Amino acid sequence: MAFELTKEKQELVKEVITHYPDPRSAILPAMHIVMDERGWVGDDGCQHVAELLEVPIIYVYEALSFYTYFPKHPVGKYHIQVCHNIACNLRGSEELIEHLVNKHGIIENALTDDGLFYFNRVECLGACGNAPVMQVNDEYYEDLTLEEVDKLIEGFKKSSGNGKNN
Amino acid sequence: MALEKIVFKGIDIPGNTDLKVYEEHGGYEQWKKILKDKITPEEVIEIVKKSGLRGRGGAGFPTGLKWSFVPQNTKKEKYLLCNCDESEPGTFKDREIIEKSPHQLIEGMLIAAYAFQGGVSYIYFRGEFVKGWKICEAALAQAREAGYIGENILGSGWNHQVWTHRGAGAYICGEETALINSMEGKRGEPRIKPPFPAVEGFYKSPTIVNNVETLTAVPKILENGPEWYHQWGTERSTGTKLWSCCGHISNPGVYEVPMGYSMKKFFEEELGGVWKDRALKAVIPGGSSTPAMTPEEFFACKMDYESIAEHGSMLGSGGMIVMDDQTCLVEVAEVLAQFYHHESCGQCTPCREGTGWVHRIIQDIERGQAQPDVKNVLFTVFDEIFGNTICPLGDSIVMPIKSLMDKWPEEFDYYIKEGKSKITGKARRPKKKEMPDNWRREKPFNYPKTEDYYTDFSKTAHSN
Repeated sequence: MAFELTKEKQELVKEVITHYPDPRSAILPAMHIVMDERGWVGDDGCQHVAELLEVPIIYVYEALSFYTYFPKHPVGKYHIQVCHNIACNLRGSEELIEHLVNKHGIIENALTDDGLFYFNRVECLGACGNAPVMQVNDEYYEDLTLEEVDKLIEGFKKSSGNGKNN
Repeated sequence: MALEKIVFKGIDIPGNTDLKVYEEHGGYEQWKKILKDKITPEEVIEIVKKSGLRGRGGAGFPTGLKWSFVPQNTKKEKYLLCNCDESEPGTFKDREIIEKSPHQLIEGMLIAAYAFQGGVSYIYFRGEFVKGWKICEAALAQAREAGYIGENILGSGWNHQVWTHRGAGAYICGEETALINSMEGKRGEPRIKPPFPAVEGFYKSPTIVNNVETLTAVPKILENGPEWYHQWGTERSTGTKLWSCCGHISNPGVYEVPMGYSMKKFFEEELGGVWKDRALKAVIPGGSSTPAMTPEEFFACKMDYESIAEHGSMLGSGGMIVMDDQTCLVEVAEVLAQFYHHESCGQCTPCREGTGWVHRIIQDIERGQAQPDVKNVLFTVFDEIFGNTICPLGDSIVMPIKSLMDKWPEEFDYYIKEGKSKITGKARRPKKKEMPDNWRREKPFNYPKTEDYYTDFSKTAHSN
């Protein structure tokens, strides 16, 4: 099951390579493009990136294993990342995490049965002024309260149930 | 709100992400002026040197001096890297700039690169800042179209290209040599200095790494002159600084404050004091890597590099984290320790192992299962980490946690002795299961035969 980017995305990668003196620099941008396409970067994603950039695959593995932003396995439709660092901790991120687990049954570091949610904790998201913060896919949700989290989760469930955005 | 933004006025102008709005407010005038009046790079460096602008990423190194280190007698390309890998807990000032005033940053980058004759520059975003990255990409496209970036800019014969680059969730890439490694597609591991990046950086070429805030201040300094920038602050800390304030305060947010401003006045008038009418307990003034201050120290100091250093902490990146009197500082120490443990790049043993030890020891305290002399163990580990690593990440775990243990020893003593927090009255973590007495294997273990080893290896060979 080899993974391949679409033709346009491959062109995009080729274009990004020209920004740098060496194609190795384009490893992170290329992995971002892979992640945009399917939400995660796995071993086959690595293989494909290495082929596109014409660099040894170990360079790509090396980067993938270092940078925590790229998931190495499928993360569902909504990848929920809650900041648990100092500023969010002071403003109640722990209650928020407990709420996600206890009320919504979204367990840490596991895909939910319906394949919708994957939740993990992250370090500082750089939005400490609006703590607690959570990131769902690319979007930041700030100044969260437990009610707002309820609404968000319900909203996600609804929009995927109606077959929208699929 | 008494304090108005001066250098970073653009943040408060609505619609300033658009080129037209920025130009209406005097945008790209300095860049045009430099190219039209043929102001020499040396003159630009001289102005920035005179202004006394210091790197706003945390280290506070004079910016003009840094630029002047770039060797000009080389044929290699010179690079400018803009550090927007803002991951220091408590700091969120750069995000404000890139999302609300990207053109001012781009103009600053163009001027800075011109000053040391750099041909290509990159903005390194942290991977999570997708929104800011998109805004900057749009701004760059506009600037390219208007002819501010590209080949033969405004007919002057000067070429410059600006690209964006996204990191991927590694705090350590905010360190300049780690950022360079990350830009080269490698793991973000800091390099040993010297050679300094200004001489040998990105692909062994001369490279300058500057923080977003530093570069954004440059156009305004050129516009108004170094004397204008000198009207604020002290002799050694000039100008203004963005402070990002969070934690238990009434008005969290980003504020531009003149250097040397009274901390007490700022805290009471701008931040609105501690939330919910509680008392102040501790403040970490410059991002999570700097030592914590007691209220007395905090209110006595002024908001500049030297004064904060005199009062036992550091200005750092200006990320102020305020804690009220109901905060358990052991919990704070655990959260910080776990952050540095997670973010250690793993290159230097004292940091890789030491951060883990500190983290696990503080977790033991939180379980109520710590040894009575555990504080001495921690202090020994701190001594072993501090100053023994390539980059300052090792020091960064030591400074805040050691200061918490030095300044609030009774909280740690109480937790260690009673097995519960002095503030919340309970242990934060469940106890670890005690090992049974007979945990040693009673029967001899049957090692697999050699053939089994081989078959096992072939089965578990890496596949996916």
